Amino acid sequence: MKSDLSQLALFKRRAALKFLAATGLVANSAGLALAQFRVEVSGVGMTQLPIAVAPFKGEALSPQKIGSIVKADLERSGMFRSIDAAGVVADENTRPDLASWRQKGADAVVTGSVLPLADGRFDVRLRLWDVVREQDLGGQSYTVATADLRLSAHRVSDFVYEKLTGEKGIFSTRIAYVTKAGSRYTLWVADSDGESAQSALASPEPIISPAWSPNASQLAYVSFESRKPVIYAHEVATGKRRLLANFRGSNSAPAWAPDGVQLVATLSQSGGSQIYSIPLNGGDPKRLTQSSSIDTEPAFSPDGRSIYFVSDRGGSPQIYRMGSSGGNADRVTFTGNYNISPALSPDGRWLAYVSRVGGAYKLHVMDLSSGSSTSITDTSADESPSFAPNSRLIVYATQQQGKESLMTTTLDGKIKARLQGAGGDIREPDWGPFQR
Amino acid sequence: MKRFFYSVISSFVLASALVACGSNVKLQDVPVEDRSASLAQADAAAAAAAAAAAAAARGVAPVQIGASDAFAAGPANTVKVIYFDFDSFVIKPEFQTVIEAHSRHLAANKARKMSIEGHTDESGGREYNLALGQKRAEAVRRALGLLGVMDSQVEAVSFGKEKPAVAGFDDASMAKNRRAEINYR
Repeated sequence: MKSDLSQLALFKRRAALKFLAATGLVANSAGLALAQFRVEVSGVGMTQLPIAVAPFKGEALSPQKIGSIVKADLERSGMFRSIDAAGVVADENTRPDLASWRQKGADAVVTGSVLPLADGRFDVRLRLWDVVREQDLGGQSYTVATADLRLSAHRVSDFVYEKLTGEKGIFSTRIAYVTKAGSRYTLWVADSDGESAQSALASPEPIISPAWSPNASQLAYVSFESRKPVIYAHEVATGKRRLLANFRGSNSAPAWAPDGVQLVATLSQSGGSQIYSIPLNGGDPKRLTQSSSIDTEPAFSPDGRSIYFVSDRGGSPQIYRMGSSGGNADRVTFTGNYNISPALSPDGRWLAYVSRVGGAYKLHVMDLSSGSSTSITDTSADESPSFAPNSRLIVYATQQQGKESLMTTTLDGKIKARLQGAGGDIREPDWGPFQR
Repeated sequence: MKRFFYSVISSFVLASALVACGSNVKLQDVPVEDRSASLAQADAAAAAAAAAAAAAARGVAPVQIGASDAFAAGPANTVKVIYFDFDSFVIKPEFQTVIEAHSRHLAANKARKMSIEGHTDESGGREYNLALGQKRAEAVRRALGLLGVMDSQVEAVSFGKEKPAVAGFDDASMAKNRRAEINYR
């Protein structure tokens, strides 16, 4: 842990020194990054650590280009800027020519190899070098089946990210999303970059609002398969499903409490859309809101003590906050007349939501300590924000060239990447928690 | 740093241990994992065999849902769609005769059940639109109730913006999507 902290200090010091020098380079690297990895950089003044990820030895014979995946992961995080390492061959056993990397402007270098084993699996190894202090920062090795090569690349990214920033990386976490292709709806579980998607549920009727359980084993979601919205909890590994809410009327907007023992959701059994808590071990739902207005889209604060939600009790949809067992609600959003889809960052500092501004639906991020809010996209149909478990990125749905797509963005909106999906319109992302 | 050394040492141990073994081995602090073959890539037989082993790690077991039941017929020569104005949940006077026809049908057929599906246009969030669609469905349910229809015969549900009648964001298309549909079971 101590070494992580000193790395962080190194990162901050170097970042500060590089600040002025980097501003000229950012615009240059932006075009390059966009062309190669669909990572889009906007604005200047980014403090990013310049890092070179050499192609992994053996990559030509590997089904997955580990170096490219790691490079894209690190770029997408917003914390790193790639230094071109094309053509360099260096595996984890060779000490790289650190002086020449220094000349190219890299502060860190990743080298590694991906080699087939006799049983058909692969051995993935890496070593991370601090170019500035000329130090070996350590290495890792993973033995994986072919299908897990991408996962091993994400674990390499997590290792590098944690070593250099002192914070846990989120690259090996998973996201859930929904696609619509023709009249088929599919709920997918994918890598954090949207790839390696596996189908969890395929249905002729819509599926919306997937929500990962706190232990990352289940997804709650709203399915219309019985010609009405009902809430299921779905064990992802086994496909075992349980009806959680099928009350008279509509059942929607499931949100897990951080303790995992209850779920809150919107039910219309009393005639209007109101928020209820539903015990997971059975028992009657308990009504948490008592209004004659719409109350929906509940989202727990990470400490489990508050529920943020959307209500039109003031005449237009706004975000409010109440205690986790109901009671008085405080209004949270005051600007504009349409603020919906609250999502809380796991560190409790940020609220992401969608606000209608001049007819466009735009992702906003509010600093909860000051209440000040920023619009962070230039698209006009943003939906369903969800934070990465380290609170550094947001995944959201939007429309680009008339197609529904998923994007990740840093909280300042400066680094965005479009996730590759499984085809068709892609929507309703939910970023899963860290897995043990 | 200490944890890292453990990881390296134990991952070498694990690497050799895993050569002969296809299932997931759980060791403390070891970031090595064996997720068996992805269902998309393996052939069907291998996929079935892999499913059990995958279950403990990152495998995903796919579930397929079939088509839902067809609806029963309602009263003859009666429309089953009621349109609403923008941002409105009020049943327009021209649809009063439609509501009356359906209420007579339900009164005459006490075993019949009706589902009222509220829908919205495609602008805005999915969950908020679901709540708006619910308001439209509830408006129709209440109108039927005022005409004496038993509450047990009707259920008001919402599809929000999930099932637009018409694609497109022009005014005419959006108007066709702001509706409540009546279906009999």
